Amino acid sequence: MSAYIASLVSVVGINMILALSLNIITGFCGQVSLGHAAFYGIGAYAAAYLAKLGVGLPLTLLAGAVMAGAIGLVVGLTSLRVRHDFLAVTTMGIGFVFLGFVRKQKWLGGELGISGIPGPGLDPVTYALLIAAFAVAVIAFSLWVKQSWMGFTFDAVADDEEAARTVGVNVSIYKLTAFGIGTALAGLAGGLYVYFARIILPDTFDFVQSIAILTMVVIGGTGSVWGVAAATIGLTLLPELSRAAADYRLLIFGAMLMLVMRFSPAGLAGMIRRRSPA
Amino acid sequence: MLVVELAAKGLVYGCMYAMMAVGLTLVYGLLRILHIAHAGVFALGAYMTVTVANATGHLALGFAAATVVSALAGIAIYRLAYQPILQHSAFVPMVVSIGLFIVMQEGFRMIFGAYGIAFDTNPWYVANIGVAGINLTYVELAMVVVSVVLLVGFGLFAGLTRAGIGWRATVTDPQMATSFGVDPVRVRYVNFLFGSALAGIAGGLVGLLNNYVEPTMGAAVSYKALAIIVLGGLGSVRGTLIASLVLGVVESFGAIYLADIFDRDAIGFLFLIVVLMVRPQGLLGRG
Repeated sequence: MSAYIASLVSVVGINMILALSLNIITGFCGQVSLGHAAFYGIGAYAAAYLAKLGVGLPLTLLAGAVMAGAIGLVVGLTSLRVRHDFLAVTTMGIGFVFLGFVRKQKWLGGELGISGIPGPGLDPVTYALLIAAFAVAVIAFSLWVKQSWMGFTFDAVADDEEAARTVGVNVSIYKLTAFGIGTALAGLAGGLYVYFARIILPDTFDFVQSIAILTMVVIGGTGSVWGVAAATIGLTLLPELSRAAADYRLLIFGAMLMLVMRFSPAGLAGMIRRRSPA
Repeated sequence: MLVVELAAKGLVYGCMYAMMAVGLTLVYGLLRILHIAHAGVFALGAYMTVTVANATGHLALGFAAATVVSALAGIAIYRLAYQPILQHSAFVPMVVSIGLFIVMQEGFRMIFGAYGIAFDTNPWYVANIGVAGINLTYVELAMVVVSVVLLVGFGLFAGLTRAGIGWRATVTDPQMATSFGVDPVRVRYVNFLFGSALAGIAGGLVGLLNNYVEPTMGAAVSYKALAIIVLGGLGSVRGTLIASLVLGVVESFGAIYLADIFDRDAIGFLFLIVVLMVRPQGLLGRG
């Protein structure tokens, strides 16, 4: 595997974990989040800070995931308090509060971020395979959740919260669980990104990044594990195909969001499902 | 005098937020859509103002162009982007709105360049006037005057005219209003027309205020306008106006006293999150 292929595998793997983690919150449990990049960033900053202190890779990845998950639970608590439409705005707000905070912190490098992060101690190819292994594990985990009792309950909460409550589902616990798992996985992706990029900038985790993650979920088909996985690979590799696609990446993302919602709100997965006889 | 000065500057920004947020509230009240692409209309208004003003040498023509083009853009957005998908859950129009916003922002970048445009002449940018011991530039004063005039005008329209009453009836109960002969589709057009024109004018004024128009200028303002309509209780015009002014002032003080911890753009959302934890229905909303 060449260095170029290894870097592609790393980026696809990290995006895969991000998209599937948001899919657990938005797709499975029906809770809109427009600030997912913040949790990616929290994981990355936590891992980068510890790595600079000389802490080893397994522990920094774990710390990133735990930190993001813990803050994700707090945001989950907000989701219990506010109406559905409010949640889109509060989660968007989390993203801005996170960026506004790290930009002003000298000990986190301020606008310049954290650079000079030590390597993972593995050669790039092995590290890419490690990321790929994590991504595969997240796919497997998502598939398992989807057909588990918890997955059915998520579905019920997403479909009709009141009805779920009526039949005795503790809606709050399930929402918090979805937020906790989803944000912790985003934190893991952040930690993996740190050792791949060796430098982190606040702008990597901005609103546009949140929307890019959401685009992968929506285009793949909100809630569909295979759809989201396929869309992630396609959208991540798209800028590699041509120079024009790289220059107009955001324009293409925006246009795709509009067109997919207009013609197939269930995304790629919905299109395929419609083709095959029911 | 710092406190008074900060409060005054905060109110100036609050007036600008109000012009933005009223349009969002109108759209939400009528269609339950979080109209994120409103930010695109705001930036469109700013670009129209600066390009037409620079080309013709008349600022008034710039604002006229901004008003007309923004209003038309609003109508086009409703007709082409939202109307075909109204039957879906709120998630679908919201995602469309995000997509549209990104397309507009990238469009501005492609057409007008990634770097900003300044006004050729902007005398009001520096000229200032002392009112009761507070120094305001002419642009800041214009922001307050224009927003008050437009919003009061809108209040009179909604309260006194036949069309305004029909519009309020539609927001309260679309079905009942329809059975009394109000055309709900026309109400929606008026809604987008008015809200978008306001956003476009606000964009032009912000362009003057910073003497700078750039592709991403809509982003921060529009996110804050979303925070404001949530603070105001979503769908309540009075709540929105109050929340706009409150947020303007909170931000103005926060940007000074919290400068070491958060940047300006984060303060509005921090305030939003704190308020929502205490009052999940918003500042004025009812549980």
